[in-house]
Amino acid sequence: MSTGGATLNVRGLGKSFRGLRAVHDVGFDVPAGAIHALIGPNGAGKTTTFNMIAGVFPPSAGTVQLDGRTITGLRPDRVCDAGIGRTFQIVKPFPGLSVLDNVLIGALKREPDVSRARDRALTVLRELGLHDKRAMTASNLTLPDRKRLEVARALATQPRLLLLDEVMAGLRPTETDQMVAFLRELNARTGLTILLIEHVMRAVMALSQHIVVLNYGEKIAEGSPEAIARDQRVLDVYLGQDAH
Amino acid sequence: MRLWHRLTGDMTTRGQVALAMFAALLLAAPAFIGSYPLSILILVVYFAYIGQAWNVMMGFAGQLSLGHALYLGLGGYTAAALAFHFGVSPWIGMIAGVLVAMLAGGIVGFLGFRFSLAGVYFALLTIAFAEFTRILFDHFKWVGGSAGLFLKVSGDPGLWHLRGGPVMFYYVILAMAALALVACRLMLTSRLGYHWLAIREDPEAAQASGVDVFRGKMIAVLISSGMAAVGGVWAAFYYKNLFPETAFAMGRSIEVILAPIIGGLGTLIGPFIGAAVLVSLGDVFTIAAEKIGEIFGVKTAGLKQIFYGLALLAIVAFRRDGVWPWLARKLGFVHSDPYLPPPAGKGR
Repeated sequence: MSTGGATLNVRGLGKSFRGLRAVHDVGFDVPAGAIHALIGPNGAGKTTTFNMIAGVFPPSAGTVQLDGRTITGLRPDRVCDAGIGRTFQIVKPFPGLSVLDNVLIGALKREPDVSRARDRALTVLRELGLHDKRAMTASNLTLPDRKRLEVARALATQPRLLLLDEVMAGLRPTETDQMVAFLRELNARTGLTILLIEHVMRAVMALSQHIVVLNYGEKIAEGSPEAIARDQRVLDVYLGQDAH
Repeated sequence: MRLWHRLTGDMTTRGQVALAMFAALLLAAPAFIGSYPLSILILVVYFAYIGQAWNVMMGFAGQLSLGHALYLGLGGYTAAALAFHFGVSPWIGMIAGVLVAMLAGGIVGFLGFRFSLAGVYFALLTIAFAEFTRILFDHFKWVGGSAGLFLKVSGDPGLWHLRGGPVMFYYVILAMAALALVACRLMLTSRLGYHWLAIREDPEAAQASGVDVFRGKMIAVLISSGMAAVGGVWAAFYYKNLFPETAFAMGRSIEVILAPIIGGLGTLIGPFIGAAVLVSLGDVFTIAAEKIGEIFGVKTAGLKQIFYGLALLAIVAFRRDGVWPWLARKLGFVHSDPYLPPPAGKGR
């Protein structure tokens, strides 16, 4: 996991679903080793943006570059090859498999030898506090544990950029703090670049150095957490004061 | 030792001993059972083998095929036709049969997976291919058309021509089933096997974890159809006749899938247990129906099928995951935590 972080450049990203404009002209940069956040109200296009970066569907417009290499429109497994790991907002564990096998499958991305991949998976599980639950079937995990499992599986693929889609949602404050501490320590230790979508402001403020705000599919603001917290457009969106 | 651990890693000592005893019993069986029980045992092992082949696709990679008769039939017909017309040994014919079946499997898989047909829609495609191959063979005069293809009963006996008594056929199918069991275990504990499980469990998450889903599915359908074709060759030479109406029948495709479902989908021992349960139930019910007919002096045609259907319903209702996972736990044949490290000193 010490492969360091990659730079992400997103330019003019757009997506329309049958004429419905979900994302329009979104652009931002995440420098190598940084932790950035993507926030905005429900339906703002955050997950759609993530899905375009991760290759779930190709963008209608714009480009995505990882360390200067264009990855726009690649299949998700190729995006994973390129060095992007992701979690799903609605968690997608391999339900019938054990916790260890879930993470092992991620680890097999860069370590074709099964027993070595298993060792790596166990290391990741230890870091995320899931080691004791390794033999449990994933479908029997509690929601917080499933969120942790998502992160573990993504990390096991040894990404250089980690996309986290609401991994704090549904966690208790102490669990949120644990996750924040883990991600911060991971970022400091490995230099992994992290881009997170998050509604839990406590986590966003604690973790990210830079925030991009989306609303109705467009970027309305970006800047430091302090600047965003004072930004009138952002406050309007979040507090519903946009009475024109 | 490392290979042994890979083969038996999740089994307890008790499970390993039971497996060894079972293998020994199967090996010795022809020496002390009569010809009728042997014919039953042959069916059990045959259904276990073809169930294992189907299991690769459905149990491991999660792709439902309801047309495996296509691969059995193509394998059988290819080898039988080569033997019939040119006197080619079934072992050579088997290679050709496997290739033909893999080609068919590759076409079905490519069409289904490239265009992202999933679940029942993919299953419909597999049925369609089996059905139109059946109709095609009805008019395929070179292999006898609907009148069927009959293999010579007389001629040089021996293993090379797969001509001989039930004991020979028993050992051939037993060897095939044992090989398939070991091969499946090795595949399942390999990177490919884990990719299959990921595809089965959640294709989207698999892809996000770097799994090439299309490739994984294609490999599964190719291996599964090739394995099925080998079973088809064996069956063609065991029964010595082939008709399109039975070789490619929907009913045959269903027969293929029953044993692994009853025994435990995706498990390696499941197809064996399922086949044993199904074949012996069938036999018991045949005898029971006859007896009932004698006692009450009535015709009991179809009664066996009713019993059989009810028994299947009961098994599926009460043992949803199949008989084997439950049985293995009850008998203490598998570890509760299958992730114990390999025995110390075996080096990595």
